[in-house]
Amino acid sequence: MVAQNIFFAIFAVIMVVGALRVVTSNNVVHAALWLVTVLAGAAGQYILLSAEFVAVTQVLVYIGAVMVLFLFGTMLTRARLGEETDLNNKTWILGIPVALLLFGTMSYALIDSFGDEKLPEDATVVSTQVISDQIFGPYLIPFWALSFVLLAATIGAIVLARKD
Amino acid sequence: MIAALIAEIKPNSTWYLVLAALLFAIGTLGVMVRRNALVLFMCIELMLNAVNLSFVALAKEMDDINGQAVVFFVLVVAAAEVVIGLGIVVAIMRKRVSASVDDLAELKG
Repeated sequence: MVAQNIFFAIFAVIMVVGALRVVTSNNVVHAALWLVTVLAGAAGQYILLSAEFVAVTQVLVYIGAVMVLFLFGTMLTRARLGEETDLNNKTWILGIPVALLLFGTMSYALIDSFGDEKLPEDATVVSTQVISDQIFGPYLIPFWALSFVLLAATIGAIVLARKD
Repeated sequence: MIAALIAEIKPNSTWYLVLAALLFAIGTLGVMVRRNALVLFMCIELMLNAVNLSFVALAKEMDDINGQAVVFFVLVVAAAEVVIGLGIVVAIMRKRVSASVDDLAELKG
């Protein structure tokens, strides 16, 4: 339990710092690379929550595929690879109180409703087999529908980005 | 002594939920503040990840596998969103020079 507490704190700090750098960095590529630390921290949290398959998928899909998409997008949109000065809105200062209010409301509601419920100590690690039984059993129709969403997205991206 | 003190604290699902709320709020801040379309997508990914984290934390607390199954659906929707978003941004970039969303004001009356 000590290890879980310590690693939760380490990952949480890494994630929050990374997220803040994504929002404040003046460089698009740096923002993308800071996002990697947030996603990797999330993968670590998933392992702490004994969700191994989710953690591995997080690394493969997010850190692998989505990050490559972002970096490709940066190059394709000819974004400047160095510092940019006008990456923020003119009214950016208004965003801070709104975000603080959102965080305050959400954390109040969460603490109020979940309070100090402890995580079960002897929870078994959820194996990949159980998850696949769930997805290919009760969730089969949504899974198919989602496959078509992905297919439509692929075709749509080709149609949108094709030069005619 | 400090180790014993830390050992007294049991892992609490509310920590994970509050961390997720903090990440979501930071993502919202980014969506409100940033101008570059790519960075907007990154902030949306941040928000989706926060939601995933709370799903997994609640799946563990309630010992319910459905919370983890839903994460995969969110994952696929996030990937599709990035693909379509980048397609749109690339299509826009052919007519314009910057990826700033403030310049796209054709719908403004």
